[in-house]
Amino acid sequence: MENLNIFIRSIFVDNMIFAYFLGMCSFIAVSKNVKTAFGLGIAVTFMLVVTLPVNYLLETYVLRAGALTWLGEEYADVDLSFLSLIMFIAVIASMTQLVEMAVEKYSPTLYSQLGIFLPLIAVNCAILGGSLFMQQRDFPSVWTAVCAGGGWGLGWLLAITAIAAIRERLQTYSNIPAPLRGVGITFILTALMGIAFMSFLGIKI
Amino acid sequence: MADKVKPLDALLNPLSRNNPVVVQILGICSVLAVTAKLEPAIVMGISVIAVLALANVIISLIRNTIPTNIRIIVQLVVVAGLVVIVDQVLKAYAYDASKQLSVFIGLIITNCILMGRLEAFAMANKPWPSFLDGIGNGAGYAIILIIVGFFRELLGSGTLLGYQVVPQWCYDHGYVNNGLMILPPMALIVVGCIIWVQRSYNKDLQEP
Repeated sequence: MENLNIFIRSIFVDNMIFAYFLGMCSFIAVSKNVKTAFGLGIAVTFMLVVTLPVNYLLETYVLRAGALTWLGEEYADVDLSFLSLIMFIAVIASMTQLVEMAVEKYSPTLYSQLGIFLPLIAVNCAILGGSLFMQQRDFPSVWTAVCAGGGWGLGWLLAITAIAAIRERLQTYSNIPAPLRGVGITFILTALMGIAFMSFLGIKI
Repeated sequence: MADKVKPLDALLNPLSRNNPVVVQILGICSVLAVTAKLEPAIVMGISVIAVLALANVIISLIRNTIPTNIRIIVQLVVVAGLVVIVDQVLKAYAYDASKQLSVFIGLIITNCILMGRLEAFAMANKPWPSFLDGIGNGAGYAIILIIVGFFRELLGSGTLLGYQVVPQWCYDHGYVNNGLMILPPMALIVVGCIIWVQRSYNKDLQEP
């Protein structure tokens, strides 16, 4: 029940784009049409679901203060948390590489559709951000980490698909002042959607 | 970017004509998140300038020895090492600011400005121009942070750097702080307006 709650909250209330503004760079750059936006969204969701539990286990059994107790009593006061940034980014970068190889081998069509975006996921702030939030919030179990990862991923997918759909319509139906066209109006649109998403604040299941 | 770049251009271009935030649209995430107050915005700006300049120099020094296949991982490791240092320094000497910035110092690693500049400039240029390019882009980023932070704190809380700026008699006559400016979405709108102003002056940047 608690996990379901976290899952729903991660999609709507703690939405990566509208509440924290993580992963904005690719969000702005890739949201020109719905199809690629959706593909990137799927890839990000997948990466979050995979890296969050892995980083959670790493944090709990290796990095946190006193996490190495299972090796023996003499390791009880070892604190490796200053290494967490490097470990997390290493996990994310190598996972991206793995996923890239797996997708290339088993589904060449998807691979060619995603193209350059697949390797770029390694530097998508939403993914490292997910791991850092996980570290900050002390999740109780690895399933919570999976649920939060899935929720954040789906929230990101939702956001980028919605904005891409709006941008597609904007090109044909609206008359925007020239300096605002493209990037400028996307910023303002995202802000308006962010204000709309604020109405989800306080949702609890 | 492979052609020769004049050192002075490397330093000054990113400030406005080729600003990393409003023209190249890099590093947006942190711009939006840390600018509710002016002080964290300044701390963040300085951190990014330091990391970016040093990372540019290091990558530029070893650019001929990095194998192309694993360059992204090498770049990430260099940046991550520098960010850990900045993080620890902030925790030691500016604890309040580092508390406010929370995960966003860590997120400098994935700040696209870093990867973008390392990839586009440091991999192809000598250390000295790379250093200037790092300072220039970092400063371009910091300027936007400070502008956004300035307006959000002034209009949102009536203060600057924590000091009361809007005088008391304004409040007495019914002036009210705009609470909306504190909320994250307003950062997007402020950046949107900066882009608007900037593109009205630089017409060649406008999109069709």
